[in-house]
Amino acid sequence: MSELDDNQAQRDAIAVDRTKGDFKYEENYAFDAGIGLSAKVVDYISNVKGEDAWINEFRQKALKIFTDLPMPTHWATEDLKNIKFDEIRYYLSKGQKASRTWEEVPDDVKETFERLGIPEAERKFLAGVEAQFDSEAVYSRMKDEMSKLGVIFCGPTEGLRDHPEIFRKWFGKVIPAGDNKFAALNSAVFSGGSFIYIPKGVKVAQPLQAYFRINAENFGQFERTLIIADEGSEVTYMEGCTAPKFETATLHSAVVELVALKGAKIQYITVQNWSANVFNLVTKRGVAEEDAEVRWIDCNIGSRLTMKYPGVVLRGKRARGEVLSIALANDGQHQDTGAKMIHAADETSSNIIAKSISVGAGRSTYRGLVHIPKTLRNCKNNTECDALLINEHSRTDTYPAISVRGQKNSVQHEASVSKVSAEQIFYMMQRGLTEGEAMSLAVNGFVNDLVKEFPMEYSVELKRLIELQMEGSVG
Amino acid sequence: MPDSLVIKNLNASIGDRAILKDFSLTVPKGEVHAIMGPNGTGKSTLAKVLAGHPDYSVQSGEAFIDGEQIIGQEPDAIARAGLFLAFQYPSEIPGVTIANFIRAALVARQAKGAPFDAKAYYAELYAKMDTLKMDRKFTSRFVNEGFSGGEKKRCEILQLMMLKPKYAVLDETDSGLDIDALRIVSEGVNRLRGPDMGFLVITHYQRLLEYIVPDRVHIMYDGRIVHSGDKDLAIELEAKGYDWVKKDLASA
Ligand SMILES: Nc1ncnc2c1ncn2[C@@H]1O[C@H](COP(=O)(O)OP(=O)(O)OP(=O)(O)O)[C@@H](O)[C@H]1O
Ligand SMILES: [Mg+2]
Repeated sequence: MSELDDNQAQRDAIAVDRTKGDFKYEENYAFDAGIGLSAKVVDYISNVKGEDAWINEFRQKALKIFTDLPMPTHWATEDLKNIKFDEIRYYLSKGQKASRTWEEVPDDVKETFERLGIPEAERKFLAGVEAQFDSEAVYSRMKDEMSKLGVIFCGPTEGLRDHPEIFRKWFGKVIPAGDNKFAALNSAVFSGGSFIYIPKGVKVAQPLQAYFRINAENFGQFERTLIIADEGSEVTYMEGCTAPKFETATLHSAVVELVALKGAKIQYITVQNWSANVFNLVTKRGVAEEDAEVRWIDCNIGSRLTMKYPGVVLRGKRARGEVLSIALANDGQHQDTGAKMIHAADETSSNIIAKSISVGAGRSTYRGLVHIPKTLRNCKNNTECDALLINEHSRTDTYPAISVRGQKNSVQHEASVSKVSAEQIFYMMQRGLTEGEAMSLAVNGFVNDLVKEFPMEYSVELKRLIELQMEGSVG
Repeated sequence: MPDSLVIKNLNASIGDRAILKDFSLTVPKGEVHAIMGPNGTGKSTLAKVLAGHPDYSVQSGEAFIDGEQIIGQEPDAIARAGLFLAFQYPSEIPGVTIANFIRAALVARQAKGAPFDAKAYYAELYAKMDTLKMDRKFTSRFVNEGFSGGEKKRCEILQLMMLKPKYAVLDETDSGLDIDALRIVSEGVNRLRGPDMGFLVITHYQRLLEYIVPDRVHIMYDGRIVHSGDKDLAIELEAKGYDWVKKDLASA
């Protein structure tokens, strides 16, 4: 093969690599729901999982809702129409895995792993070579420690089977199947994800990480997570990792429900770096009872389209809700993110800080919803959304819907759009930084105060990730 | 000339406006040259063209740092080749602390992946700040954000002291400085003077040149040097003003 062919082959490999077609599936219908969505597919999933009848009913109802609901293109982007629901595999069981060999993984991907410092053991998993990330040891150690405290940490299938008395009460209640079209889709075909219960008064010191629970099912696109923090308990949960994961599918639609009972605290941290062909349509919501706190830290990088508006329903007196989010949209990407705060009790407070970065022809949209009815007193909201544009082709839109009634409530809203100017870049380059380094320094500066809120290892990774994104964005 | 900043017949413009017109000047390493000249004659333009600013286009001419051609190179390559520009109007970089900024600039000069000695770095940074009588709190402030005019200029000199270029162009570093600050900043520059560094000091006021005594003084007018002399030329200029230069030119 000539060098030219070689280069072409490599380019092709990279070009198709991140689409599902490039992965080989073993043809084994015993473990495969096939392509497309139907009542039969939903039954199949329930069967394979050995689910109770009520769950199958829940799924089937959700499927009907999904089919009936229109695509929300009256407010969201038309690009949603390009999702080909008939071509998607909705379920792959454990015996069935997408695979390719390490040799087939493009060099630039291997290099990215190298540069991000991804441990050897995890690279093969992330590259889609292995469907199982071999972290059993770490996971089981964590599981042992947790079960001593009475903490339940498992997947939804096990959770609903082994602890129905705990999970059934809340499952699908914070986010009902009918909440939106994609929540309905997830409710119909969910598999993988985490179910967590923290008993009364237990304060889990170490963050729980989904990372250790990654398995064949999580390659799947329809994760379902429910976390219940009982009275006075505290937990931090971290999802995702900064490495580019090689998705086998282009549609990801997760549902995450959080329940913080009286005086409990839940902090949910997401750092995701999607490949550029992925639709990432996620519904996340938490309920905070009296004196409870729900905090979302959400960091979205990449994807073709991300739609995600983490929310908190402040249901008890003095409940607090917070969303801190960072979104980075590169060329050809659209980050449509935001936050929802529904105040439903007196003296509740909420805080939203959203920062978006648009690079090249990237586009970011902020959608906020803050609702304080006039019957409530002494509620507070602070909303701050800042957009950074890297050049003149990038775009940002802000839709802050704030409905606050009543005399005794206060809101504060600030929005800013800034640009990294050519003069700033020149100034930094005059000090010896390359254009890419200058841009990533400016971007890191822009998100700096938010990143401080992140756990240490995440903030370091995030910084490196931003550097890689910026380097890639300059010619 | 190997050990000099050499500018030869430089013609540069912005848009379709010619600003530098056959500009030539040589600053040997170890010397301090001052450029004075009326507003709008192209002093800052010269500084930016040398630093590779993308807004200006160079029609012809050359510039060398110790024999290395810099015209046509990217700004960062020119900086790393050894040219430092203390800006007349320094940019603000929100969210980036001075300590991190200077550190990034130093790391950019190292071999890729080489370890960075953070302890030595902070020791040096604090020592230089002491020289410039800058409060240590400044290290955690964001580059130039909310700085007073004088603080910005001091911060430029701090960067100069940390980056130790081969040649430094100081564009009106004295403007905005109070009397004490002028003395402190000048002392900082004087400490850097030596056989390894050359300076091109752009100023409107003779007062600065009492502190930083130049080896040569050049008068720039309409895009080129029209007069050169020793430090007394600055004193003469202060007394006579620029009309004298203009008349001189008209009669020539
Ligand atoms: N970006 C620009 N666009 C248009 N004209 C410019 C631009 N930059 C400089 N000029 C013009 O070029 C000429 C030279 O400007 P320059 O800033 O180099 O002058 P200077 O000698 O530094 O003046 P001063 O003493 O006021 O600092 C001025 O007439 C100025 O208006
Ligand atoms: Mg000027």
